[in-house]
Amino acid sequence: MNIAIVKYNAGNTRSVLCALHRLGYEAEVTDDPGQLANADKVLFPGVGEASTAMAYLREKGLDIVLTTLKQPFLGICLGMQLMCASSEEHDTQTLGIFPIPTRKFSLPPEFKIPHMGWNTLQYQDDRLFSGLKGEAWCYFVHSYYVPLCEATIASTEYGGQVFSSVLHKDNYYGCQFHPEKSGDVGEQLLKTFLEEL
Amino acid sequence: MLAKRIIPCLDVRDGRTVKGVNFVNLRDAGDAVELAQAYSRYGADELTFLDITATVENRSTFRSLVRSIADHISIPFTVGGGIRNEADVAALLDSGADKISINSQAVARPQAIDELALHFGSQCVVCAIDARRNPAFDNGAEEGWEVYVHGGRTGTGLDVISWAKEAYSRGAGEILLTSMEHDGVKGGFAVDLTRRVSEAVGIPVIASGGAGKMEHFYEVFTKGKADAALAASIFHFHEIDIPELKIFLEQHDITMRR
Repeated sequence: MNIAIVKYNAGNTRSVLCALHRLGYEAEVTDDPGQLANADKVLFPGVGEASTAMAYLREKGLDIVLTTLKQPFLGICLGMQLMCASSEEHDTQTLGIFPIPTRKFSLPPEFKIPHMGWNTLQYQDDRLFSGLKGEAWCYFVHSYYVPLCEATIASTEYGGQVFSSVLHKDNYYGCQFHPEKSGDVGEQLLKTFLEEL
Repeated sequence: MLAKRIIPCLDVRDGRTVKGVNFVNLRDAGDAVELAQAYSRYGADELTFLDITATVENRSTFRSLVRSIADHISIPFTVGGGIRNEADVAALLDSGADKISINSQAVARPQAIDELALHFGSQCVVCAIDARRNPAFDNGAEEGWEVYVHGGRTGTGLDVISWAKEAYSRGAGEILLTSMEHDGVKGGFAVDLTRRVSEAVGIPVIASGGAGKMEHFYEVFTKGKADAALAASIFHFHEIDIPELKIFLEQHDITMRR
């Protein structure tokens, strides 16, 4: 299987590579449009800041490429947020795959920001979750969130705010948590994404 | 609901884990990668590795250890010890660490927190604070605590609460608060100090130093308002096993990852 990881200088692609290695897969980290278009699966991880990341994607022409892909595509954390329409992080226009804006958490003061640590998914019936049984605990680190929308297939609650923790539309998936850091649950989700979708 | 985190801490010297009582009399508690894998299997929520020798010649050993840990475990981990500059941080993150913790370096040059947060993101910058009781810092009924550096040997004249606030405002993503008074003594965490720090900052606080029994974790999560609790020897020597601890805390209405 030909797996591509989008290279855009935002985030620790190494942890995603390590997680793929543990599942027995190799991947190419690339910003080459042709390589991305020809991959069987595309992963779009990210840790960082939205406007800087978008500037890099535009400079490389990836803003167009990423929205026209046909193979299964998985955005992670900032990657998922960049797949939405806009972000309140420095008022950034993002890729617009999911027609919903990314918002900044506004929570009672006793709730720390970032939302950091392990939280549960309320997941719906979707092939991505076919390998899960019972409660799904995942590792989150984020200060911005995607509200519930038509593409929401899993939600999570923090500080009274319920938000989208997994999105799905056509070949595009996004997860707010880090499957590469979410223990057995995360490995199962990556495995399903690679082998079943 | 967001779970409280249990974090075993592995002090590493030359690729092996060691932990002493009050930072002296080091005892070898085993191979770091093996321990990391075991903790990951037994339900640790996160791991912390501190390079306690932190000499220049051993730095590359530590980096290859970090790489090996990243290859083997699927939960987040933080590394610290001897980080001097951005190049050190970049090397550790490239090796697969999720977060780095800085301590003496941040006190010596607070601007370093801003720079690291800007370049790598707040989420990976943990400001470690070693605190020691100092009556000269008392404020009315509130006990005064001073920030110590260099493994707890050197006082800095900084008040712990003010320093935690400053680290937060400069962009630290988490505070790792260790009470030097409680570390290794197993008499419980510095609950009151942890609560004060947790209330003073808008970022998660990891309580460290003093865990001896399961009730201590309950105390620091409730009265201490800690977001996470860190311990070493009690886990390494199986005085408390993590699965058992998590069941105990869940029975006491603390949200735990299962």
